[in-house]
Amino acid sequence: MLEFGILFPSVLNGLTTGAVYALIALGLTLIYGVLHIINFAHGAALMVALYAVYLLKTQWGLDPYLALPLVVPGMFALGYALQRGIVNRASHGKDENILLVTLGLSIVLENLALMLFKSDTRTIETAYTLTTVPIGPAFIALPKLVAFAGALAASAILLWIVTRTDLGRAIRAVAKEKHGAKLMGIDVDHVYAMCFGIGLACLGAAACFLLPAYYVNPQVGGGFVLVAFTIVVLGGMGSFAGALVGGLLIGVVESLGGLFLGESLGQIGIFAIFIAVLLFRPQGLFGSKA
Amino acid sequence: MGRDLATIAAFAAAVGALTWALDSGVWLTFVMLALYATLLAQAWNILGGYGGQFSFGHALFFGCGAYVQAIAQLQGGLNAWVALGLAVAVAGAVGSFVGALSFRYGLKGSYFALVTLAFAEVFRILAVSASFTGGGVGLMLPLQESVANLQFGSRKGYIGVVLGFVVAALLVTAWLRHSRFGAQLQAVRDNEDAARAVGVDPYRTKLGAITLSAAFMGAAGAFYLQVFQYIDPGIAFGPHVSVEALVGAIVGGMGTLWGPVLGALVLHLLADLTRNLFGQLPGLNMVIYGAVLVLIVMFLPRGLSGMGRSVRELWRRGRG
Repeated sequence: MLEFGILFPSVLNGLTTGAVYALIALGLTLIYGVLHIINFAHGAALMVALYAVYLLKTQWGLDPYLALPLVVPGMFALGYALQRGIVNRASHGKDENILLVTLGLSIVLENLALMLFKSDTRTIETAYTLTTVPIGPAFIALPKLVAFAGALAASAILLWIVTRTDLGRAIRAVAKEKHGAKLMGIDVDHVYAMCFGIGLACLGAAACFLLPAYYVNPQVGGGFVLVAFTIVVLGGMGSFAGALVGGLLIGVVESLGGLFLGESLGQIGIFAIFIAVLLFRPQGLFGSKA
Repeated sequence: MGRDLATIAAFAAAVGALTWALDSGVWLTFVMLALYATLLAQAWNILGGYGGQFSFGHALFFGCGAYVQAIAQLQGGLNAWVALGLAVAVAGAVGSFVGALSFRYGLKGSYFALVTLAFAEVFRILAVSASFTGGGVGLMLPLQESVANLQFGSRKGYIGVVLGFVVAALLVTAWLRHSRFGAQLQAVRDNEDAARAVGVDPYRTKLGAITLSAAFMGAAGAFYLQVFQYIDPGIAFGPHVSVEALVGAIVGGMGTLWGPVLGALVLHLLADLTRNLFGQLPGLNMVIYGAVLVLIVMFLPRGLSGMGRSVRELWRRGRG
C-alpha cells in the first residue's frame, strides 16, 4: 500500500490544496493577530467570493484567473465595510459579542445564498479544467498547479505588505500595542478595517484559484472554515509562518487521510488534529505561550 | 426561590390550559414547536447564560439524544420511555466528556466555541460513515401510535412531554439562581480568577453546568425523533440546532429565567410569520435568525428581556 507511485501523487495533490488552505488561513490569522477576534464569517465570505467568480464566468464569460483584479478589490471593500459598519459597532468592547456577530453574519450570508442559488453544487467549465501536467510519476491537474503557485504568490504579497510597507508597520504596531499606536497618530479603527479587508481579499484570491478545480454551493464555506481554524490553531494564532506551514501540512494530511480512510472519514484526521492541538498545545506549533 | 416556583407553576398551568382549550391542529403544532424551541434555548442558557461558556456545537448533544433514542428502540428493542431515559443519560455523559476535556485544559471563549463546533462535526462525519446509524440515509422510526411507544395520535400528548421537560429546565434554572452551586457558577462566569481565589473550583462547576445543559439537549433530541420519527446526520449534528439554541437564548436574554422562553417564542412567531408572508423558501428562517442575532448583539446586548435597561442606557448616552 505504501508505494511511492501512490503516495507521491497524493502528497503533491495535498500540497496544492494545502497552499490554498494556507492563503485562506493567512487571512484569518491576520484578522486574529491584529484584532484579536475570531472571524467566524470567514467561510461564508469565501463562499461569497466563489459565487462572485462563478457568476462572472457564467454571466460574462470572464475567466476565473482574469477575475482576480475584480474579485480581490471587491472582497477587500466588503471586508472593510463589514468591519466598520457592523463588527466594530457590535463589539461593545467584548470579544464574545464579535464571535456572535460574525456567527450571525455567516448564517445570514450562507442562507441568503441558499435562497438565491438553491443548494445545488455548481462548477464551471474552462478550456484547461481537464489539462494535466506530468510531474515525476504523477499527473497533476493544471488548475491545481496554478492554484499552488498563485496561492504562494498571494501569500508572498501579503507578507510583503505586512513587513515592508507603512500600512504593515501600522498593522504590526496596532497588533502589539493598540493604545501606544493610537498615541502615535495611527487611526486604529482604519487599521482594523484594513486588516479585515485584506483578510477577505485573501479569500477573493483563493476563490479565483479554487473554482476552476473545485465547486461552489451555499455550504461550501463550512468545510473550509473549520479547516482554516485548524491551520490557524495548529500554526499558532496570529503566526504567518505557522499558517503557511500548517496549511501545507493539513492539505497533505487530508489527502493522505482520504487515500487511506476514504473521502468522508479522511476529514476526521483534520478534526482530530484540531481538537488535539486545542487541548494540548493551544498556542500552536509556532505561537509563543500566551 | 418561592417567586420563581410560583411563576413556573403559573406558566405550566397557563400552557396546559391553553393546550386543553385549543382545538386546531395548526395552533397545537405551534405550541409544541415553540415549547421545543424553548427547551433548546433553555438548555443552552444553562451553560452559556449562567456558565458564560458559549457553545457553537450544542447539536452534538441533541444529535446524541436523537440517535440513542432511535438506536435503542430499533436495534436494542427497548421501550421508548426507557430509551428516553437512556438518551438523556448518554447526552449528559457526552457533555461531561467534552467538558472534562475542554475545561481540564482551560479552554475558554472562542476556543471553547471552536472545540464544541469541531466535536459536533466529528460526530456528524462518524454518523455518516458508521453503519449502525444508518449512514447518510439516517434512521426511520416506524409509526406505532400508543402512549407506551411515546407516540401520540394528538399533538396534545407531545405537548405534555415537552412541557414536562421545559418545566424541568426552568426548575433547574431557578435552582441555579438560588443555590450555592448556581452562585459559584455565576461567579466563575463573571471572574474566574476571583472565584478561584475564594475557593470555588471552576472546573467542577463548569463540568456540572455542561452536563446539565447537554442532558436537556439530549431530551430535546429524543423528543424530536419521537415527533418527526426520522433523524439523519445533518439534522442531528448540523449547525441548525446549535444556532437555534443559542440564538433563542441570546435574543431573549442570557442568564435569565424567562429570557430564553421569550426569545424562543419571538423567533418562532417571526419564523412562522415570514413563512406565511413569503412561503416556504429554503434558508429564509435561518436568514432571520442570523439577522436577529446580529441586531440584538448590536443594539440590545441584554436581549429582549433586558430591553428596558438597554434602551435607557442608549438614551442616556445619546443625551450625555
